[in-house]
Amino acid sequence: MSFFRRWLALAVLGAGALGVAAQAFAGVLPEDRADVLYHRYQGGGITIDGPSVLIRKKIGEKFSVAANYYQDMVSSASIDVQLSASKYEETRKQKSISFDYLRGKATYSAGVIDSKESDYVADTAFFALSQDMFGDLTTVSLSYKRGWNDVFRNVKLADGSKVRDDTFRDRVDTRGYSVGLSQILTRNLILAVNYEVITDEGFLNSPYRSVRFATPGGGFSLEKEIYPRTHTSNAVSTRLKYYLPYRAALEGSYRFYTDTWGVVANNVEISYTQPAFKRWILDGRVRYYKQNAADFYSDLFPRAQSQNFEARDKELATFDSIAVGVGASYEFTIPRVRWVQKSTLNARIDHLTINYDDFRDATQNDPANGIVAGAEPLYKLNANIFEVFVSIWF
Amino acid sequence: MRAIRVLLATVAVVVGASACSPIQPWVKPYEREHLADPIMAFDRNPVSSAYLDHVFEAREGARGASGSAGGGCGCN
Repeated sequence: MSFFRRWLALAVLGAGALGVAAQAFAGVLPEDRADVLYHRYQGGGITIDGPSVLIRKKIGEKFSVAANYYQDMVSSASIDVQLSASKYEETRKQKSISFDYLRGKATYSAGVIDSKESDYVADTAFFALSQDMFGDLTTVSLSYKRGWNDVFRNVKLADGSKVRDDTFRDRVDTRGYSVGLSQILTRNLILAVNYEVITDEGFLNSPYRSVRFATPGGGFSLEKEIYPRTHTSNAVSTRLKYYLPYRAALEGSYRFYTDTWGVVANNVEISYTQPAFKRWILDGRVRYYKQNAADFYSDLFPRAQSQNFEARDKELATFDSIAVGVGASYEFTIPRVRWVQKSTLNARIDHLTINYDDFRDATQNDPANGIVAGAEPLYKLNANIFEVFVSIWF
Repeated sequence: MRAIRVLLATVAVVVGASACSPIQPWVKPYEREHLADPIMAFDRNPVSSAYLDHVFEAREGARGASGSAGGGCGCN
């Protein structure tokens, strides 16, 4: 994945866990709650696992604080790594804290996120405001985030250890603006609409990844990818959630995305939640995503330096994906612990399949047997995503 | 000039009238029992949904607008 998107995803993770990014609990502060989660992603030669701990606590009637610690332990022999590097291991640690202040029908939120790994340091600050109106049928929210990121590059020494390359250092600056609306439509139906603009400037590609270009005889060579130094994206999403008469919930959502790199994406999602057997809540969801490639993406460039900007990041390729997941939540009681009001044990598994239309498995290149560059099989990614977590309300 | 005066007068009347009769909530607070049910929360488990958003965001070109605008039902 591109370095910048990796940061952005972490920022989303932090802000999302804190419940602040374009999100509002106007008029009501978040519940006092602690979550301890173990996550594991496995697929495409990559294993990422680690913990996430989120605690939210009210302070008096008007203040609330939320803190999140998240860790990714990455072991990667992805197809990108196989092509131009060697297997690596990496740990990312992210800490975030936010505050909510409730004043009448308005909630003010502010927070910071700090993410560190050996070759990327990201700091983000955000502010959000939300306001209930029209008899609390409508909530309008506005948010702003600002990111300051330092990009480094590691090099591997002969003994296998990694050190930071002192000859390379760059930056990424980011700004994000979002506006959201949630609206009660009927006593059983609620709508949410969000619009977000994110703009960034700096070193937006990976200092490691290469593009490939054709060489005579059906082979290929590699050269470093080059991205534009600016990127602006627009995304609008809508969600509808409906309460079914027999106590179950059905949700549908859609998002449209476009950016200055020529990527246009759509995704739809349907989820269903069903309480069962008094203490259980079961849910399932299906998510479909489709995008076209960035203007400067190619699986195989015709020659070296054939364009000003060149990318072969599969996240900028043309592809569609489908994710299918199920989850279960079991409510249990902790005897003799009076300060715990409610506790749940939760598990979830999602299966993700990505079908690339113009990203080929270059490791299959074998001109001697007729598999020339550009004729290798298309790449397909299958991944399993596991989560187990305990939640306590206090 | 006359048109502007008419326009201003119309605006004043509309604003005045709306001030006298604010928009009435068509779903009363006591009718929001279903919306207050935890299963109706857009983000029932923030620690989990944030993680899944992160998984998708890191593997897709698209980004942003993945959060909800919150409950806003004033149920609690």
